[in-house]
Amino acid sequence: MRIGVLAVQGAFREHIEALRRCGCAVFEVRKKEELESVDGLVIPGGESTTIGKLISDFGLADVIRERAKHGMPVFGTCAGAVLLAKEIIGSEQPTLGLMDIRVRRNAYGRQVDSFEADLEVPVLGSDPFPGVFIRAPLIEEVGADAEVLATYKQGIVLVRQGKMLAATFHPELTSDLRLHHYFLSFFEN
Amino acid sequence: MGEAKGTWVLKKGLAEMLKGGVIMDVTTPEQAKIAEKAGACAVMALERVPADIRAAGGVARMADPEVILRIMDAVTIPVMAKVRIGHFVEAQILEALGVDYIDESEVLTPADEKHHIDKHQFRVPFVCGARNLGEALRRIGEGAAMIRTKGEAGTGNIVEAVRHMRTVQGEIRWLQSLRPEELMSAAKELGAPYELVKEVAVSGRLPVVNFAAGGVATPADAALMMHLGADGVFVGSGIFKSSDPERRAEAIVAAVTYYNDPQVLAEVSRGLGEPMRGIDLATLNPEERLAVRGW
Repeated sequence: MRIGVLAVQGAFREHIEALRRCGCAVFEVRKKEELESVDGLVIPGGESTTIGKLISDFGLADVIRERAKHGMPVFGTCAGAVLLAKEIIGSEQPTLGLMDIRVRRNAYGRQVDSFEADLEVPVLGSDPFPGVFIRAPLIEEVGADAEVLATYKQGIVLVRQGKMLAATFHPELTSDLRLHHYFLSFFEN
Repeated sequence: MGEAKGTWVLKKGLAEMLKGGVIMDVTTPEQAKIAEKAGACAVMALERVPADIRAAGGVARMADPEVILRIMDAVTIPVMAKVRIGHFVEAQILEALGVDYIDESEVLTPADEKHHIDKHQFRVPFVCGARNLGEALRRIGEGAAMIRTKGEAGTGNIVEAVRHMRTVQGEIRWLQSLRPEELMSAAKELGAPYELVKEVAVSGRLPVVNFAAGGVATPADAALMMHLGADGVFVGSGIFKSSDPERRAEAIVAAVTYYNDPQVLAEVSRGLGEPMRGIDLATLNPEERLAVRGW
């Protein structure tokens, strides 16, 4: 199994390290040709406006959409979750629009309001998951096909839709690999 | 459940999110929007870009909060702002304004010739300039969550940024070659905290993100710095002192992502118009050099 990590901007190195610790073969993806040789894709945290612009300018966005519609698993964290959303509230920035979720950027405020908090994520077991929220977005609404996997203070922070996963926090900045392993379970069958 | 704010993970983490990106100096909300649209991962809110600070002379201070707030309102990407070296009250003011990152910067006139700010006291993260590994580790010891080369700001001349990046990377390789019992002596020589010296000797990189800054004027300059080990690039005067800021900004953003792809670099470098004029450093008087400020 070959996992690609979108490496145009942001914290791609941390995802690569986490996936390698999970035992995966991991590849950086910057060009559309590089997308063709991977079985799944992680879209890291970073600035969603920057990543969104680069993947449209360099032709990756269409290929990602096409592959995801044909069942390629995709995992987006923070900016990655924003880019997966069908709608970004109050913004016209480019998005992949693959998941039936509405997202509000910088929902908790500016950097001084960034926070760490333990999350209850039932699909990962009973131990809390370390949630690192950096200028984090919030998932305000999900469609019928999307399943809410975790909330924090009534706000939705983790959603699965088919083989796509969106987290508003940063598992790649922690040493906890459970969410990465959960994503990798999408490749079974 | 408890919530923790202003932690090291969050301060360092925001810098991790900026990696592979370009942080652009802007002086107006309009420029900030141009930068955001061109793909900047953050902007630095200033009253004057370094080339104009150089030309104006006098004492350069923190920008008017009004300017910073208007820029914060104009964009959704992180907004940074500069304080004078050692001026912790300017930093308190910026924290109160809610800026996302503070640059304790040699581009402004230092307020303290001996002491930098104790950055651990703040919830907002700091970036600081460094010319070598010792300076970088002293700043990290004081709480900086991100480092950048000093370069020579406002000159459009990459030579000092190259020198500083090569020096830091070379000293990291030197530490990696040492035996454990030699590291205390190395720490003494570098003037750097022993614990951080040990950490770098093992990991082979700085404990925080390290950007290039000071003299970046072209896509090729930005790509050069990425090859030399930068995690991303600050562009100060290089964009809005050029003849076509929109296109140059876009091109530098693409050059940081595709630094290892000369075909893309050739494509994005075409027809960008005049870069900023630039200054040969040999023509600067020693007192005009900004990089020597701080210690």
